[in-house]
Amino acid sequence: MSANYEPNIVAFLCNWCSYAGADLAGTSRVNYPSNIQIIRVMCSGRVNPLYVMNALQQGADGVLVSGCHPGDCHYMEGNYYARRRLGMLKDLMEFVGVDPRRFHMSWVSASEGHKWKEVVEKTVEDAREAGPFEGFRRRQIDW
Amino acid sequence: MTEKPKVGVYVCHCGINISSTVDVDAVAEFAQKLPDVKVARTYSYMCSDPGQVLIKKDIEEEGLNRIVVASCSPRMHEPTFRKAIAEAGVNPYFLEMANIREQCSWVHEEIEEGTAKAKKLVSASIAKVRLLEALETKEVEAEPAALVIGAGIAGIQAALDIADAGFQVYLVEKTPSVGGRMAQLDKTFPTLDCSACILTPKMVDAANHPNIELLSYSEVEEVNGFIGNFDVRVRKKARYVDFDKCTGCGDCASECRVKDRIPSEFDQGMGKRSAIYLPFPQAVPAKYTIDAGHCLYLTRGKCGKTPKCQEVCGAGAINFEQEDEFVEFKVGAVIVATGFDPFDASRKPEYGYDDYPNVITGMEMERLVSASGPTGGKIKIFNGEEEIEPKEVALIKCVGSRDSSVGNEYCSRVCCMYVAKQAHLIRDKLPDANIRIYYMDVRAFGKGFEEFYDRVRRENVRYIRGNPSEIFKRGNKLVVKAEDTLNSRPLEDEVDLVVLGVGLEPRADMRGVMDLLRLSQSPDRFFLEAHPKLRPVDTATDGVFLAGCAQGPKDIPDTVAQAKAAAASAMIPLARGKVTINAQVAVVNEATCRGCAYCVNICPYTAIEMVTVNRFGNEVEVARVNEALCKGCGSCSAACLSDSIQPKSFRDSQILPQIAALGVMR
Repeated sequence: MSANYEPNIVAFLCNWCSYAGADLAGTSRVNYPSNIQIIRVMCSGRVNPLYVMNALQQGADGVLVSGCHPGDCHYMEGNYYARRRLGMLKDLMEFVGVDPRRFHMSWVSASEGHKWKEVVEKTVEDAREAGPFEGFRRRQIDW
Repeated sequence: MTEKPKVGVYVCHCGINISSTVDVDAVAEFAQKLPDVKVARTYSYMCSDPGQVLIKKDIEEEGLNRIVVASCSPRMHEPTFRKAIAEAGVNPYFLEMANIREQCSWVHEEIEEGTAKAKKLVSASIAKVRLLEALETKEVEAEPAALVIGAGIAGIQAALDIADAGFQVYLVEKTPSVGGRMAQLDKTFPTLDCSACILTPKMVDAANHPNIELLSYSEVEEVNGFIGNFDVRVRKKARYVDFDKCTGCGDCASECRVKDRIPSEFDQGMGKRSAIYLPFPQAVPAKYTIDAGHCLYLTRGKCGKTPKCQEVCGAGAINFEQEDEFVEFKVGAVIVATGFDPFDASRKPEYGYDDYPNVITGMEMERLVSASGPTGGKIKIFNGEEEIEPKEVALIKCVGSRDSSVGNEYCSRVCCMYVAKQAHLIRDKLPDANIRIYYMDVRAFGKGFEEFYDRVRRENVRYIRGNPSEIFKRGNKLVVKAEDTLNSRPLEDEVDLVVLGVGLEPRADMRGVMDLLRLSQSPDRFFLEAHPKLRPVDTATDGVFLAGCAQGPKDIPDTVAQAKAAAASAMIPLARGKVTINAQVAVVNEATCRGCAYCVNICPYTAIEMVTVNRFGNEVEVARVNEALCKGCGSCSAACLSDSIQPKSFRDSQILPQIAALGVMR
């Protein structure tokens, strides 16, 4: 592992809570690592577990999914589905030999800009400790 | 795909907001080389008129059919750019925004990392925009009616404005009477007009307005649907009094067996009421209500031989068999005007509110000085031996506000002025009393506030800078321990009465309304508006608006102004008669759907149903989406075993290329 290794993180954020929370972090000028890139989805329930695997396959070293706090989902129960599905995925990842530190789930509301920073720092730190991901044959798909 | 994508990429400087941490020219240069990109430009303010004209011109001259704007959050300006490209003849959904401000330039410091990240975000947006599809916006009719939750001054004002414009309003109030907190106040600052005199006519107007259906002693149980078409279910709690028969004479209350034994909520527990009661004499509607938690008959099943109230009611209005009723109706917009809770002074134990009866809150002081209050407006206290008029009075500001030890960092905005007003009222009634106000700062920011503060100071009221650290008892006096920070002198002032200028807090029961309407809280825990400056009365839920202290502490003029703003905003869909519905809905590929119906069970809006279709000569069951009900969350899609159901604009085929673009370390 090279000393200056910087993990590459892909994050899926729900439009209503976490994406708004990340926007608030920006408006409040909260500084956090630039390793994280955000893909906006309407609801964390939209995140197909395969997206997480796909991201790891396509060059990400860590993946984060963040949604509204349980009970606060803009679509009533989407984050519960996300919690179930992705919780299972995390177990599966461990089972197939992927370091579970590469995958995080969090609940960040629209008012939690500072919490967002903590979540990002933790995700990046864990992915850094886990090192560059070489578990899958990396494959770039040309869309 | 019918035509080959021709992408235009527009990178915004946003003044120096973006360009100070992102090399925008390098980003544009990088974007220019990506597949299908025809034009890549930068401009100082893309959202400004010249910025939009730049895009429109390129669409016309270069034949662009996909647009990427790399600027601020799509939550901010997506509607702006959608509108702009639609005006140039491109489908508004052929737009993708790369958020290089809130999620890049504002949160990173080094220009190298900012630029590198911006490049990746832009490439992800280009990857997605090439595969977007044209969507059609649909319109549905809007119900020309509004629901207003909470009938304090905010709710009453909003309801009156909407009703005056000719729309039906359902005004729902939890307690037996409208009026809210303002009804409890004595005088209002800075003009000193009496609160009841300006409020009660509005209360009566709201109750008698032909377009307002007042549902008092009621709670909203369910709100379903979307802007223009909310289905509402309200529980009308049993009053155990026939609403139509009750004449409001009050004979029942004066005969009640627990008369004068139940603390009156309206008088902050300082006055007493019966189990059957009118909250206050000017209550609207003037109908009595039996408090089921205290009525002997309802709690123990027995009240003498027959309940007294039933005996004396000439109208025969008492009905112990009454049950909760439900009303259902449809509205196009909802206004949340649920108000606040005063800060619970017990949470500052150093001030001894729980221990010493002569430490009272500002709300209690309002009732004490009010002519309609429990003492008839006389400021009297019991000093352990006898009832006396206090000679030494201390008022303390910022109790529960600007205090992170109780979790409230915000300023409650009204305490400076109501404490000054109460000092004035005390001076009025007790000309010889010594009045001291302990303060951190004086914030007299409103119209006429500074002048009023000046006037109060001239009335021999001492302002002492320094919040007390402790209040304790010495003999039958209270000792206020503080430091006068202007003179650097420790103080131990002996006083008879302490008034705590308690702040405003979000309502303890706000969770119910939050869940009903899918609202969020801001960091101060009040309801969160859609944008702090440009959409201060809107919420993230379309068609739901905020008014008054539910959104944050404010005084009466600000509350009324916001109520009028919320009413005007709520009337937009009502007056238009139509609303556009979300075009980004899920759609089923009926050729691949295997008919398992997993999606049907998952959909929180019951928007998916199973239908029988003919597939190559076979009758098969497939899922179908009702576009009017679908909100486009996409939970169905993540569960679909054959990837057949997909939310438009967030299809697998549109998200996976984004992942690919972000995955590669360039």
